[in-house]
Amino acid sequence: MGLTYILKRLLVMIPVFLLVVTLVFFMIRFAPGGPFSSEKKVPAQVLKNLEAKYHMDEPLFQQYLRYLGDLSRFDLGPSFKHSNRTVNEIIAEALPVSMELGLISLFWALLIGISAGGLAALKPNSLYDYIPMSLSIMGICLPTFVVGPVLVLIFGLWLGWLPVAGWNSWQDRVLPSLTLGFAYAAYISRLTRGGFMEIRHQDFIRTARAKGLSEKQILIKHALRGGILPVVSYLGPALAGIITGALVTETIFNIPGLGRFFIESALNRDYTVVMGTSLLYFSLIFLCNFLVDIVYVILDPRVRYE
Amino acid sequence: MSNSLWKDAWHRLLKNKLAVFGGAFLLFELIVCLLTPWIAPFGFETQNLELTLAKPSLMHWFGTDNLGRDLFTRILYGGRISMTVGILASLVSVIVGVIYGAISGFIGGKTDNILMRIVDILYALPFIFLVIILMVYFGRNILLLFIALGLTQWLTMARIVRGQVISLKHKEFVEAAKSLGVRTRTIIIKHLIPNALGPVIVYLTLTVPSVILEEAFLSFLGLGVQAPMASWGTLISSGVEVMEIAPWVLIFPALMLSMTLFSLNFLGDGLRDALDPKGARD
Amino acid sequence: MKIGSWRLTLCSVFGFVILSILIGIPLGSAQSAVPQILNLGNGGEPKDLDPHITTGVPEFHILMNLLEGLVNKDPKTLTPIPGVAEKWKLSKDGKTYTFSLRKNAKWSNGEPVTAQDFIYSWTRLLKAETASEYAYQGFYIKNGKAFNEGKIKDPAQLGIKAIDPYTLEVQLENPTPFFLSLLFHHSLYPVHRATIEKFGSRWTRPENFVGNGAFILSKWEINKVVSVKPNPYYWDKGIIKLTEANFYPIDKHETEEKMFRAKNLHSVDDLPLEKLPLWQKDSSGVFKTHPYLGTYYYWFNCNKAPLNNKKVRQALTLAIDRDRIVKFVTRGGQVPATMFTPPGTGGYQPQARLPKDGSQFAKAKQLLKEAGFPDGKGLPTIEILYNTSDNHKKIAEAIQQMWKETLGIDATLFNQEWKVYLDNQHTKNYMVSRAGWIADYNDPNTFLDMFVTNGGNNHSGYSNATYDQLIEAAKKETNPKKRFAIFQKAEDILLEDLPIMPIYIYSRNYLLSNEVQGWHPNIEDIHPLKYISIATK
Repeated sequence: MGLTYILKRLLVMIPVFLLVVTLVFFMIRFAPGGPFSSEKKVPAQVLKNLEAKYHMDEPLFQQYLRYLGDLSRFDLGPSFKHSNRTVNEIIAEALPVSMELGLISLFWALLIGISAGGLAALKPNSLYDYIPMSLSIMGICLPTFVVGPVLVLIFGLWLGWLPVAGWNSWQDRVLPSLTLGFAYAAYISRLTRGGFMEIRHQDFIRTARAKGLSEKQILIKHALRGGILPVVSYLGPALAGIITGALVTETIFNIPGLGRFFIESALNRDYTVVMGTSLLYFSLIFLCNFLVDIVYVILDPRVRYE
Repeated sequence: MSNSLWKDAWHRLLKNKLAVFGGAFLLFELIVCLLTPWIAPFGFETQNLELTLAKPSLMHWFGTDNLGRDLFTRILYGGRISMTVGILASLVSVIVGVIYGAISGFIGGKTDNILMRIVDILYALPFIFLVIILMVYFGRNILLLFIALGLTQWLTMARIVRGQVISLKHKEFVEAAKSLGVRTRTIIIKHLIPNALGPVIVYLTLTVPSVILEEAFLSFLGLGVQAPMASWGTLISSGVEVMEIAPWVLIFPALMLSMTLFSLNFLGDGLRDALDPKGARD
Repeated sequence: MKIGSWRLTLCSVFGFVILSILIGIPLGSAQSAVPQILNLGNGGEPKDLDPHITTGVPEFHILMNLLEGLVNKDPKTLTPIPGVAEKWKLSKDGKTYTFSLRKNAKWSNGEPVTAQDFIYSWTRLLKAETASEYAYQGFYIKNGKAFNEGKIKDPAQLGIKAIDPYTLEVQLENPTPFFLSLLFHHSLYPVHRATIEKFGSRWTRPENFVGNGAFILSKWEINKVVSVKPNPYYWDKGIIKLTEANFYPIDKHETEEKMFRAKNLHSVDDLPLEKLPLWQKDSSGVFKTHPYLGTYYYWFNCNKAPLNNKKVRQALTLAIDRDRIVKFVTRGGQVPATMFTPPGTGGYQPQARLPKDGSQFAKAKQLLKEAGFPDGKGLPTIEILYNTSDNHKKIAEAIQQMWKETLGIDATLFNQEWKVYLDNQHTKNYMVSRAGWIADYNDPNTFLDMFVTNGGNNHSGYSNATYDQLIEAAKKETNPKKRFAIFQKAEDILLEDLPIMPIYIYSRNYLLSNEVQGWHPNIEDIHPLKYISIATK
């Protein structure tokens, strides 16, 4: 793999990106309801005025061309719901918050997940295996909307150690990042254990063992590299997901992040925000999966991309 | 794998006590779910407004919910739905994901690039709209539920399998098979997929719970189980609301889900060890 | 096997977690004087703070402090009291108001507030380009509707005139007894022309905002906080005690309630339903409950069989026990709706026409039999549509069960996401559909004029010529007593025809810290910050 591969991969992104723009743009218009439908019905005349204001009275294809034009100037348009903000401003305000929350959570997830999974794989079918793996199953069964409120109840209200919600001091970061991190840690620990177990029996590990390397050395030098492959595969989408998909955690802790906009904009039919967040998510997925593919080569030199 | 290999695997599985226990529990649960309409002590919709959020008692083993309905009964009925959803939607995601990922990884090059970009695009489509639109055109049918659930889950599965296949395909035994002129299809089915099965089984055991919980989200959009029927997912999410007043309304459904998953994991691990030809030589 | 070092790693990880939690302990909070900073839970994130654009309650709570209309409302009695207008008079025919503006009313940049500001603002509200959803609040003004619809192009033809900079004359289409009360609505607040012309839609950003209210906008971070500070140019600034107020947008009632318990908030906008029984038992006095101007009801689709049969609608309406719903299902101090208009709306006391409890179950069965469906036989399955929410689900489940027990009929429930639900309701693609109506202003007209034939908010297909005539007559009637009698007649027809099934009158339940002074619980939920202070313990 070399520079050409990287360049090629980035070049591919352009047509794929356009395809996503087109698909999402037309798809969201097919859903019933629009940005202006509300419980107290808007009078026909007002609706007409509103549509004119947002160019929604034009034929759909013309609106599409208009959107492409704006997009080429990196202008994602005004939000329908938050009418004094542009989509660019919303993303600029909310993305850093989500990045911070996501990266801290990912740190917890990797730290807890890989240590627990590694420990379990090192001594399978012992207490070192059962305890972390049971915890991991609990972690999977208890979704964030359960874990979050429970943590708040214990640490925020009963013990009073940490704030119950908000996003100001660093103490505010602890509970949400643990809540979000737990969910991913549970997955990562299972995948890590699985990966290690798989690779333990492979020939090069046997060779290493025959050479008299200690189990720990084997684990770190060889098994970690190969065994972690499934985790790496999982991490691509997970990384994008942890940054953008923290809706539940964000609402529980009232964090002004981006995750809320994904669902909120869809439910409000805030078309421009839906477009903006979808495109952002796609770019993240694309980049993360790209990074994953590169990490693959580093971890396993036999992998080639033609 | 030949017949005798399957037999060996079966014997190895039987020797694994945890796996046998897990399998037995799942089987038991399956039977209970099938028999629910005959063994449930109450109707799943029968309300008793004078007895809302009652503590567990001899009459109501798991207590009652906020409309005074018997929680034990509702969990039994919910199990029918959640087990079906979990198994079927996960199967959809496994079958599609494994085949797609294996093909993409093995053929590589341009094909791989195109197939994986399609996966990227599918990730990016706003899921809510997808579901809403599907519902507009196909109505609220149960088949759509499995499609909607499988739709998101197979993507990560495909990426994991592809990763495994890419790292496997340059191994000696694959190269050997290639040089012997074995057909691509045979190589994928006979050599690559079985060797990538470990992570697949692990990820599958992770998919089942997330599908079960995701069903609750689809209920939010109006797809999925309709009130007054409830699934484990919807029971858990409404249990959170009363967590501080009546913790049992949350604890029992969560416990049932956890126990099912424990069993599933024991069985999954046992299956993987049993099917793993390399492990057998230890 | 060398587990030791692994164990060490793990221990240090947990150690780190615990340590980081421990450091988080707030190290005591020593404070002397009580800071006059009010922190409020305020429901959803404000859509905008342009009074002509916004439609929601959270926005209104903020706006009533940033801008001031011609009249204010007394927070105790809700009667109109002077705002920008010092005094006003009404002509004999009830159609012309003359407002005298106070000379010391100022914008937050020091400029005076004049009659021209109101002319500009009300014209802006009605202008098509503004696309205001509340434009109809200006339709009571002469030619307001025609101007909004483009039938009149010249804004000078609107019934608003500046006699001099401090005298404003307003001509109305019809005598409108609730017009003064309407003036407190944000859509009729003044806005600052130069600011809007300079910044366009961005004039509501804190760095640009110019208002004439008791407070000015100091900070607005999306989904995080909206902060206001006292306006140094406000004419009545002597009364203000707060130095700052923060409105926190909190979507989740659970979170809000927990923040209150952790003393991060002085008030909670709304309580999770399931927590109500706990708070009702609380004796510290923070729990507040009072009726609210809104009705929770179900629509019957009058175009669809079997609901086009009046007897079926009557049977269904009589077959539910409202008392039990309120007592066991919603449990929040709601009042069983035995009428449609909440009693006391603008002083109107409607007669109870529907049973409060199960006393008319036998009549319900009889009616169903008369309709041709004895014991529910032959009646198609009734579908209840509701938008996704645990509360709506619970109520629908209870009603489904009551219909089953009383009438022996089957109903199925289905929920939809908000916008899809609205779409189906507006296109009458449903049989029975959940709905709620909250008053736009404190007058029975806001409840009863929605059922006129082809009314924009009449989603049932209901049409009754006598009813339409009565509502029209009420618009022209100036004598309040006679007017209420007309409304009562209309409501009697409504509750006989039953295009709707009233269920309960909303109540409002919230928490308010005992430290907050000058906050008067009232039916319209109006709590201007200028009267509020925080007490020393």
